[in-house]
Amino acid sequence: MHKATFEQRPNRVALFVTCMVDMLYPGVGIATCELLEKNNVEVVFPEEQTCCGQPAFNAGYRNEARKLARRFLSIFGPLVENGEVDAIVAPSGSCATMTSHFFEVLFEESREEELRRQAERLASVTFELTEFLVDVLGLANTGARLQGKAAYHPCCHLYRELGVDDQPRKLLDGVEGLEVVDLPHADDCCGFGGLFSIKNSGISAAMGRAKARSAQQCGADAIALCDVSCMTHINGILSREGISCRAHHIAEILNNHLGNSLRPPSQPEPQQPDHPRRWGD
Amino acid sequence: MQVDFNAPYKNRVQQALNDPNLRVAVSKATDRMTDARLASMDAVEGQKLRSQVRQMKQHVLRNWPDYLQQLESNLTRNGCTVHWAEETEDAQNIVRDIALQNSAKLVVKSKSMATEEIHLNHALEEVGLRVVETDLGEYIIQLADEPPSHIVAPVIHKRLEEIAEVFQDKLDMPPTREPTKMTSLARARLRQEFFAAGMGISGCNFAIAETGAICIVTNEGNGRMVSSMPRVYVVVMGIEKLVPTVEDAFLQLQALCRSATGQNLTVYCSMTSGPRQEGDVDGPEQVHVVLLDNGRSRMLARGYGEALLCIRCGACLNACPVYQEIGGHAYGSTYNGPIGAVITPALAPEISRFKELPHATSLCGACREACPVKIDLPRLLLDLRSDLVQENASPKTEAWGIKSYASLMSSRRMYESLGKMASIGSNLYAGMSGGNIKFMPPPLNGWTAYRDFAPFAPKSFRQWWKERSKLRGQT
Repeated sequence: MHKATFEQRPNRVALFVTCMVDMLYPGVGIATCELLEKNNVEVVFPEEQTCCGQPAFNAGYRNEARKLARRFLSIFGPLVENGEVDAIVAPSGSCATMTSHFFEVLFEESREEELRRQAERLASVTFELTEFLVDVLGLANTGARLQGKAAYHPCCHLYRELGVDDQPRKLLDGVEGLEVVDLPHADDCCGFGGLFSIKNSGISAAMGRAKARSAQQCGADAIALCDVSCMTHINGILSREGISCRAHHIAEILNNHLGNSLRPPSQPEPQQPDHPRRWGD
Repeated sequence: MQVDFNAPYKNRVQQALNDPNLRVAVSKATDRMTDARLASMDAVEGQKLRSQVRQMKQHVLRNWPDYLQQLESNLTRNGCTVHWAEETEDAQNIVRDIALQNSAKLVVKSKSMATEEIHLNHALEEVGLRVVETDLGEYIIQLADEPPSHIVAPVIHKRLEEIAEVFQDKLDMPPTREPTKMTSLARARLRQEFFAAGMGISGCNFAIAETGAICIVTNEGNGRMVSSMPRVYVVVMGIEKLVPTVEDAFLQLQALCRSATGQNLTVYCSMTSGPRQEGDVDGPEQVHVVLLDNGRSRMLARGYGEALLCIRCGACLNACPVYQEIGGHAYGSTYNGPIGAVITPALAPEISRFKELPHATSLCGACREACPVKIDLPRLLLDLRSDLVQENASPKTEAWGIKSYASLMSSRRMYESLGKMASIGSNLYAGMSGGNIKFMPPPLNGWTAYRDFAPFAPKSFRQWWKERSKLRGQT
C-alpha cells in the first residue's frame, strides 16, 4: 500500500478511536490521545464516528459493510481533503486494515469508483498508532516506565496486512524497567477472528489456550499488543483458565497507565478513576 | 477418539478437539515441516522463487486453453491416449473402462489427491478390482480404512503407536514400535503387489505442455514403479496442473519440494513421456491421461481462478493454526486446511454445499505467507463468505443480527444509546457474577463457553472527550 510521506511533521490528526475502544476500553483511547498530544500532535475526535463495518465485512455481509464504509468516508474524508487534519490515527491494526485495505475491496466490487479513490486516498494517510509514532513522528521512546516482564504478541492484521511489527517492538524496548521476552510461536493467531470466535468457538478457544500456554512458557507478566479485540479474547481465556498474566494494549503501557509494576500483589495499585483498570480479577 | 468423517461439521470438529493425541501428532509434524520449509526456502532466494512461480502459473492460467491443447497434442504424439473428464462420474467411468478392457484385476496406485477427489478407489472396487495404495502413508490409511488428512502427509493425524496397531491388526505383524521394521514389512508386501498388478494409476504433479511429459515426485520410488511396471498406466490430472516448458517444470519442482517437505529435491522425480517404444526394455504398453475438470473451469468462472494457481504442496496446512488444532478429517472434504476451505466449496456445483468451510478460519493470513504461489487465501475465504450471503445460505439469525448491527451503527444517536445501555447492563450483570461475565445467552454463549468477558466501561471514551472539551472550553 502506498503511504504518504509528510514534508512537514504532521501537527494535527483525526483519531479513529474504534468502537471497541470507545465503549469497552476508553483507557486505551485516552492513552492514545495523550501520547499524541505529548508529542505536540493535536487530536481531533470526529464524534460522528461509530464502527468501520468490519464485523459485517468479515461475515460476508458486504452491502451492510458498504453502508458503514460510506458513513466512515463521509466523516473522515472531508477532514483529510480540506486539510483540517494531516492523518488518521487508530489504536488498532485490525480496524486500520478494514478502512485502509478492505474499503477499497468493497467499492471495487460495487464499482463505485469515486468512493474507491477516496478510500485509497484516506488509506495513504491512515496509520496504526505505533506506526504513526515511530514512522511518522520518529519516536523510539515515549518516556514510559514499568517494572516487569512483557512479551509482544503481533496481532494478525497489524502484522500481516499492514506489515507493522518493528514499530511496537521498538517502543516496548524503550520502556524503562520493562524486560521484553520472546513469546513462543508469537506469530500464531490468538484465535479471535471476529465472528469466528462465536461460530467456531471451540477451535477459537483452543487457539487461545495455545497462546495462553505460550505466555506461561515465557514467564511473562503481561502480553503487549496493539488490538483490543485480540486482547479481549486472550484475556477472556487467561481469566477463565485462572492464569494471572494479562494482555494490555500497548498505548496503556507507553502512557504509564498500568502503575509502576506489572507484579503488584504486595503493594496496592494506585487508583486512577480516569483510567479504569479492567481484567483485574 | 477418531473423527467420524461422515458426521456433521460441528460434531467432527468437537471430536477432533476432544482428541488430545490428534493435536500433538498434527502440530508436531506440521511444525517440523514448517521449519524445514523456512530453512529450505531461505537457502535459495525464496521470495524471488515464489514470485517467479506465481507469474508462471498466472501465465498458464491466462493461456489455459492453448496450453491444454498443446499438451494434448504432444501427449498424443508421444503415444498416450488422452481422455477429457468433465465431472467425477465421467472420470470414474473412463478409468473403470480402461481397467475392464484390459482385464486388470489388481491396481497399484501412487499417492494422488485428484483420484481421492473423484473417489476412484471406491469406484474401481465396486466393479470387483482390488486397489492397493503404494505410498507408505496412503498404504497405512488404506489399511485403517480412512481418507488422507493432509495433502502431502496423508497419515499425519496418527501417532506411531496407532500405526503399529494398524500393522498388528491388518498385517498380523508382531508388536513393534520400530518404524524401520514396519516399513520393511510394508515394502515386502508392496513389492509383490507391484509384480502382480495389471494397471498402475497415479496423479500428476505437473505435465509439461511443450514435451507432453508427465511428472510425479515421490520419496519412496513407488511412483516410478506404478508408472513403469504394470502393463497399463493411467494418469489422472487436474487440468490446472500444467506448465509450459521444461524450464518452468524445474522452477515449479523447486517450489514444490521446498514448500512441501523442505527438501531441496524429493528423492524421486519420475517423468513419463509415453508408452514403451520398440527397443525399450521396460515401461507400460499403454499410457492413458485423464484430464480432469471436475469444477476447475467452474471455479475460474466464479472468480476463484487465484486458487487454480495452487501446486498442492500443503504448506498452508502446516502454517494454519486451525488445521493444527483440528487436523484434516474435521473438514470433511478431500482437500482440507486453508486451500481446502477455498477449493472445496469453489469446485462444488453449489458453494453452499460446504458452507461451514469458509468460516473455519480466523483469517490470520499465515497461509498466504507460507504459500509458494502467494495465493491470497484470506481474501478468497472472505469472498466465499460473501457469496454464501448472496446465496442466502447463512443462518437467518446471523443475517438479522448483522443487519441490526449495521443499522444501529449507522446512527450516532443509536450507537451512543446502545453504548450506555450496554454499559449499565453489563456492569450490573458482571457485578452479580463477581467482576467478569461468565455466561451470556445464545448466540453469545459461544464466547462464554470458553472465555470470560469484561463488562463495558462505565464511562466511554467519547464521554471523557466531551467532558474534557467542556473543561477546556471553560478555562
